[in-house]
Amino acid sequence: MENNHVHPTIQKIINLTNQDPANCYQCGKCSAGCPVRDYFDDAPNRVIRFVQLGLYDRALKSKAIWLCAGCQTCSSRCPQNFEPAKFMDALREIAAEEGIAPSDKNVQKFHKAFLNQIKNNGRSFELGLIRDYKLATGKLFQDIDAAPTAILKGKIGFTPHKIKDTKKIKSIIDKAVKGNTK
Amino acid sequence: MNFGYYPGCSLSGTAKEFDLSLKEVLKYLDTDLQEINDWCCCGASSAHSASHLLSVALPARNLILAKEQGMKEIVAPCAACFNRLKVAQHELKTDDHIRINTEELLDTKYSDGINVLNLISLFQQIGLEKIKSNAKVDFSKLNVACYYGCLLVRPHDILKFDDPENPTTMEEVVKATGAKPVDWNFKVECCGAAHSIAHTEIVENLSMKILDDAINYKANVIVVACPMCHSNLDMRQKNIIKHNPGRNKIPILYLSQLIGLSLGLDHKKLGLDLHFIDTAPLIASLSENEVAV
Repeated sequence: MENNHVHPTIQKIINLTNQDPANCYQCGKCSAGCPVRDYFDDAPNRVIRFVQLGLYDRALKSKAIWLCAGCQTCSSRCPQNFEPAKFMDALREIAAEEGIAPSDKNVQKFHKAFLNQIKNNGRSFELGLIRDYKLATGKLFQDIDAAPTAILKGKIGFTPHKIKDTKKIKSIIDKAVKGNTK
Repeated sequence: MNFGYYPGCSLSGTAKEFDLSLKEVLKYLDTDLQEINDWCCCGASSAHSASHLLSVALPARNLILAKEQGMKEIVAPCAACFNRLKVAQHELKTDDHIRINTEELLDTKYSDGINVLNLISLFQQIGLEKIKSNAKVDFSKLNVACYYGCLLVRPHDILKFDDPENPTTMEEVVKATGAKPVDWNFKVECCGAAHSIAHTEIVENLSMKILDDAINYKANVIVVACPMCHSNLDMRQKNIIKHNPGRNKIPILYLSQLIGLSLGLDHKKLGLDLHFIDTAPLIASLSENEVAV
């Protein structure tokens, strides 16, 4: 779907999602049903509108793209079969690739800490994830009340389950992830 | 019966009672699970937030391993893993561009052909009759709210499982145990998912609405099939009540735990002591006439 008249950001969105934001006719159904819309700065259909109008910077700097929970309620209800959840994924990836500072740093730091565990162990390691997230955000005392119960019940292990092929997983992640989510 | 098994990361950590109870129940129902050797994380909510290619490549690696190890059908009890595996399969099948990039990244050829089952479709395959005929505990006074969350049913075009707005398959499984599913409003509403750590306040607010609605419709227990939903509704419940006083507690069980209870299996082996919200009052009430609310 390469087209010389298409803006590179639109082309990237199309490549990542196999859908053209121009198909959205702004009915607002996505925003009406979005469970996290109350926490967004811009409603989902507004973020799509920014892109339709060529205001890519506004869209990529929107908090909404980081606060989207990926529940896909919007995608399953869109009368145009557009998938706003996929669109939000693409904007997060493009923002990171273009070095745009995430408008919600906590979410970005969480994903970074999560991917780091997979990079090191091949699997998620909850204690390591929480440690890396706390160090990155400085929120050292968060969930300090839940931690003892989780540890006592053996739900949080002290050592990661490492897979044999961690080297391969590390190289897959390093090659696939670009920009500041790395 | 024999199935390949993709436990996913949560089931060996914070959701270990999901793994324990599933294995106990399947042992009782003469079903074997063969774990995929050297499986890796499916990427969950973080891979697709960072790289579309990675969100396909990680599940693809596991699907390739399953095939190499002679599996035809694999069970992914975690709703998020089920979702990522199915979405990756779909993209690899329908998008040559992503398939070629994935193969290049993994340095292996991908070929389709693994059937991925979620927790509910697994029990459908085993047969609900088998659960019904083996049920030993009287559940006739037990009201259950079946909570599907997002990832079991959406995106419907790809998962092709149940109905995305009003699914009913979990209710059928619950009916087989003899319990009564309640009709309620929040079965496919989002609990806030992976925002549990980065935005606890969002998760508490969304989860509170789900808990309130279940209690409002007289449920004694909420049953789930997703570790993320479980941790948000169970682990976060204490603070939800603390921050919004005047609320009752409601225990959250995995569907496999509810089935195990109905089969009369050992509570400890089902991991019923591993929850944040105590399940003991509910269990005690099952042997009495009245079920605790």
